[in-house]
Amino acid sequence: MTDNIETDVVIIGAGPVGLFAVFELGLLDIKCHLIDILPKVGGQCAELYPEKPIYDIPGFPMVTGQGLVDNLMAQIEPFHPTFHLNEMVESIESLGTAEAPRFRVRTSENNTTFLCKAIVIAAGGGSFQPKKPPIDNIEAYEGTGVFYAVRHMEMFRDKRILIVGGGDSALDWTVNLQPRAKRLTLLHRRDAFRAAPHTVEKMRTLVAAGDMDLHLGQVVALKGEAPVLEGVIIKKDDGSTIDVACDVMLPFFGLTMKLGPIAEWGLNLHENLIPVDTEKFETSVPGIFAIGDINTYPGKLKLILSGFHEGALAAQKVHRYVYPEKKLLFQYTTSSTSLQKKLGVAA
Amino acid sequence: MGVIHVTDRSGQRHTLEAIEGWRVMEIIRDWGLPIEGLCGGACECATCHVFVAEEWIPRIYPPTEEEEDQLDTVVTQPTSRLSCQILWTSELDGLEVTLAPTGS
Repeated sequence: MTDNIETDVVIIGAGPVGLFAVFELGLLDIKCHLIDILPKVGGQCAELYPEKPIYDIPGFPMVTGQGLVDNLMAQIEPFHPTFHLNEMVESIESLGTAEAPRFRVRTSENNTTFLCKAIVIAAGGGSFQPKKPPIDNIEAYEGTGVFYAVRHMEMFRDKRILIVGGGDSALDWTVNLQPRAKRLTLLHRRDAFRAAPHTVEKMRTLVAAGDMDLHLGQVVALKGEAPVLEGVIIKKDDGSTIDVACDVMLPFFGLTMKLGPIAEWGLNLHENLIPVDTEKFETSVPGIFAIGDINTYPGKLKLILSGFHEGALAAQKVHRYVYPEKKLLFQYTTSSTSLQKKLGVAA
Repeated sequence: MGVIHVTDRSGQRHTLEAIEGWRVMEIIRDWGLPIEGLCGGACECATCHVFVAEEWIPRIYPPTEEEEDQLDTVVTQPTSRLSCQILWTSELDGLEVTLAPTGS
């Protein structure tokens, strides 16, 4: 089923900068939908460094990545943005004119279609994707012998499974797939795991009982005529190699960011960044804005605070597209009753 | 003043002037070699993974548990390090590293 959603602005990326853009647009009565590939909001702050202290957010001597995200969510709550998580924007179609832009935005997973008047790209380093190990020809086996996620466990029944990694995903799937597998092997680079202790314990019990294998080392090559995987060659720390037969390999190396489909949206790009002007933070396509780490301009600093500023300025131009007839009055939240009403704090 | 030697992924060796107090990742990035450093040096992404020449390993502060955790997310060799976790001082004049391959 395809959902059709009509809104003022689609924000691509629900990291700190995308979230704050909701606030700046909201003050101007502009409604937003946010799309993010992660299952949660917060972008890098929530995915890469939720516990890390940040010291350069104005007004916060110290705040953690997750703390900042939580505060931003509270700050934009009055504007009731709609989130579409676990979805990636696949395509953008331009329907309007330079003076009155209109866009159709399509996402991957749920096949949602958005009609909007402006797009704000706040995608940071791109979209989070599983980290692929640099092994020769691995792409040729993807989807047949190599998987970066488990969608249906039954797919792996009675297979010889090799799981690679030492984190929660690797250990959880080891324990969950072991009863279904013909034989399961876990491969990690060292004999230390940063997964939940009881899961590690369970894995160790299975190994001790001879119900699965644990190897320490690295995959250096894949065997079998692509796309059929037959095994891997593992190199151990002492330089020796062993062969392990397997039908599927599941590497769990965490996530990294890739530019992804942004490259196909017809925007000018410079070294995987989107050039913008510094008045409106608009891209080469009128009506499409880029703010935060994804944009570039002379003097650009990749700081969260820069992204906040960029969002505020972009909102001014977005207002012209959304309300072409309305004159924009510049106001302060400290003194404007109308802004305070929008924030739900008017006396 | 001093230098580091960096072999890129095509095998070309570059000699880069180093700056005291900079992380090796920052020196490599500042000279424009292709090193991602996605998280900006917070030891959270492993995109600045390098192989350190064996003879230099004992002269570098060993990896923390946090760095080991991140090294778990890439294909390592025994000489693997995250270059954001190596602070350059004049004792590391002539440090030899190779940029680790990245997946597609």
